[in-house]
Amino acid sequence: MNIPVREVRATQKLSFVDGDIHPAFRQISDLYPFLPARWREHMQTYGEHWRQGLSGQLSYPRMMASGMRADAFPEDGPPGSDLKLMQTQHLDANDVEIGNLVALSRGGMEERNLDFAAALSKAVNDWQIETWVKPEPRLRAGIVVPQEDAAFAAAEIERRASDPRFVQVIFAPRTSDPLGHRRYWPIYEAAERHNLPIGLHSGAFSGGYASTSSGWPTYYMQEHYGFFTTMQTVMTSLIFEGVFDRFPKLKIVLIEGGFTWAPALGWRMDKHWERMRSEIPLKRKPSEYMRDNFWYTTQPIEEPFKPEHLGEVIGWLGWDRLIFSSDYPHWDFDHPRYIFKFHVTPEQRAMVLRENAKAVYGYK
Amino acid sequence: MSRHVIAKAGELQPGEHKVVEVKGREIGLFNIGGEYFAISNRCPHEGGPLCSGMITGIVLSDGPGKYRIERKGEFVRCPWHGWEFDIRTGQSWCDPKSTKVRAFQVKVEPGEELVKGPYVAETFSVAVEEDYLIIEL
Repeated sequence: MNIPVREVRATQKLSFVDGDIHPAFRQISDLYPFLPARWREHMQTYGEHWRQGLSGQLSYPRMMASGMRADAFPEDGPPGSDLKLMQTQHLDANDVEIGNLVALSRGGMEERNLDFAAALSKAVNDWQIETWVKPEPRLRAGIVVPQEDAAFAAAEIERRASDPRFVQVIFAPRTSDPLGHRRYWPIYEAAERHNLPIGLHSGAFSGGYASTSSGWPTYYMQEHYGFFTTMQTVMTSLIFEGVFDRFPKLKIVLIEGGFTWAPALGWRMDKHWERMRSEIPLKRKPSEYMRDNFWYTTQPIEEPFKPEHLGEVIGWLGWDRLIFSSDYPHWDFDHPRYIFKFHVTPEQRAMVLRENAKAVYGYK
Repeated sequence: MSRHVIAKAGELQPGEHKVVEVKGREIGLFNIGGEYFAISNRCPHEGGPLCSGMITGIVLSDGPGKYRIERKGEFVRCPWHGWEFDIRTGQSWCDPKSTKVRAFQVKVEPGEELVKGPYVAETFSVAVEEDYLIIEL
């Protein structure tokens, strides 16, 4: 039995925090007002040199309408480029209280020319404020930084940290070295000092690597699943390189990388570390860092054959670890009303839909 | 339950569809090869606007490397997650055992029958000389 859409909207509004909304440029020239003339000319003359090659595109096509929700195309420009449509279709229709912007492209994360990357990072951060957060205060920006230039990245964090409209630091999880490496530590030092979580969004760009750990896949479905395994290597690198012994208050939010894999990885890391701790003298068990320093956004949430199995996994992980995310306007969008297809308590629902995000991000 | 006049029969050509509203519900009305079908516009998976999705066939395979598309124009693919539904029955192709979008029977009635009532015409008056599409809800 279907329920009429209107009645649901009228009676069951679910105010929630959305941990993953993607803003897009209508066209690349949207960035020009935020770039100094020197770099605007560079972009027009030489273009971008992404780490993966194939500048300006994904390494493989994606399903549906280029990975987009097919009903999210505005009249002009790609999905996510029109604030009005985002408001009517998502922020207003679904009653979003606060939404975190995750600006995936052209923030310098993938740019090989590090001076250009720095200019792109500043431009994308200004663009988020001017184009999105000023006209729509429910949205919050992320400080997008080019992680391969950690000194600049730390300076950019420093420059933006006092502005409460920025709620986290964003960079690509597929870094040139696994991201626990000490070359990235200045970023962690700055983020921890300002109590800014680091949001790592899977997918988007390959960083020059094959999209699965055993090579280039034949099908999009394999690539999509690769988001999970990327996040596992992100977590093990950060933990075993000792990042959290050095920066114990550092908060990592894994965005769109799943979470059901995490409890099993924790068990496995603990078992092996007990036997091999002489190689890596961490102060605590690996799973304890996982429990204290990592959060996970929910989308795309698993929909197991027996829905209650998902509740068991969340119990192992901790209900305080999950942050609802829609991934608007991408095709595998999750709706806050449907993520739990099993019984949850009002407290558990409130934690995932609002409270956990507020605790991690400390919105002002 | 009441019977509703939702469109003129000549309004939809084979291959065309439109969304109509009946008692506050959005319903997708389809003409497939001269037959009329109606399904709810609300995807039973997560509530997406189902009938604004792509109208397509179904890809079937007898084994690796062997594909064929059958029943072109008889499936709708939800614009959110790509779940495919059989427009004729409302049956989900992803999860046929437990998911189905509500389907409504569409009848074609001549205007001269309709004017006798009792019918609810949603948006237009009924003329005796034309045929109309009717659903019961």
